[in-house]
Amino acid sequence: MRVGFHRGMDGKVVAMAVEVRLPTLLRPVADGSSSVSAEGETVGDVFRQLIGRYPGLADNLIGEDGSLHKFVNVYRNDDDIRYLDALDTKVADGDVISILPAVAGG
Amino acid sequence: MARFDSVLGLIGDTPLVSIDALAPRPGVHILAKLEGQNPGGSSKDRIALKMVELAERDGSLQPGDTILEPSSGNTGIGLALVAKLRGYRLRVVMPDNVSPERRQLLEIFGAEIVSSPGEEGSNGAIRLAEKLAADDPALRMLFQYGNPANPLAHYEGTGPEILRDCPEVDVFVAGLGTSGTLMGVGRYLKERKPSVQVVAVEPPSGELVQGLRSLEDGFVPPIFDPGVLDRKLIVRPRESIEWVRRLLDECGVFAGISSGAAVAGAVKAAAQLDTGTVVTLLPDAGWKYLSSGAWTDDLDVVAERATRINYW
Repeated sequence: MRVGFHRGMDGKVVAMAVEVRLPTLLRPVADGSSSVSAEGETVGDVFRQLIGRYPGLADNLIGEDGSLHKFVNVYRNDDDIRYLDALDTKVADGDVISILPAVAGG
Repeated sequence: MARFDSVLGLIGDTPLVSIDALAPRPGVHILAKLEGQNPGGSSKDRIALKMVELAERDGSLQPGDTILEPSSGNTGIGLALVAKLRGYRLRVVMPDNVSPERRQLLEIFGAEIVSSPGEEGSNGAIRLAEKLAADDPALRMLFQYGNPANPLAHYEGTGPEILRDCPEVDVFVAGLGTSGTLMGVGRYLKERKPSVQVVAVEPPSGELVQGLRSLEDGFVPPIFDPGVLDRKLIVRPRESIEWVRRLLDECGVFAGISSGAAVAGAVKAAAQLDTGTVVTLLPDAGWKYLSSGAWTDDLDVVAERATRINYW
């Protein structure tokens, strides 16, 4: 598993490419997409890139203090990033980042 | 001694069974705590009894009162059993898309059911229950999501039972619903054996519940303290059903769908150990899920069904 940056076919540095899965709730602010590609070294980088593309995502993903929004859970390949390195969690090529709203059960 | 004055005496002290057939390598052990052996059929019997006992003790519950509770089924069933024997009425607010067996059991156990919209999931049931409780002060909402009696039941019961029966436990894996099991067992185990890792498993509910209006409709149970967890994993319906089948086929354990998810998590945790012991909690048995087709129908069909019907 490679993390960080690697060089593409033309020798240029290429960031890790990941798939980001969006919950139904957030698709309207991402042009209706359920899944988008993005790049970055960390989950935070990936989110910044997504917000640049879809500014409507900003308030939904990041709380007022710059950390992950309280009612959002984010998983890197099914592992909750809050128990890894939160937004500093490194991503690898081909990782799937899933964003889900916090819900109850029981 | 197997003699009891009341069926409520059967709550807790559930068996811990080896499911090593599913372990990844020799030297790594997995044990499952079978909460389906409780008299109401699930681990929720423990919290139902504890919530009622504490409310009786502090006077907030009086004879003849009506208890109100949002539940996707098992807590409702546990409360129905306790309410029936202790002389209370019970009204359960439940999403209308839970498995039919849960609804049937609640009815025959004597509970009144108020349905909340299935597409709003448990969040919707909580919202509706809060509204009903606000509209009628005579209703007593015990509120499993915020009631300290919930994790307390596991801190005083489930946790000590696990350490008693498996002092060599290295990792505890359980499903995350109200978080009571993880908080109660997790705290108890870490206090007595700080090296124990606590791993939560959850369904991708946000993908199953289509109708959230905004993220502010999201909900984090007040009793939940993320500091108790070391790791949290999503397990999807398809995986849960695969493991529930393997539990029966390879271990003879007939468990509910959320148990399949817990075992999926337990196996992932076990895979990271060279040697060691994982204990996982199976909330209920398979009886309430026969209608899901989990053991009989095509895997993809059941997985799709699980996105519309609440089996967690």
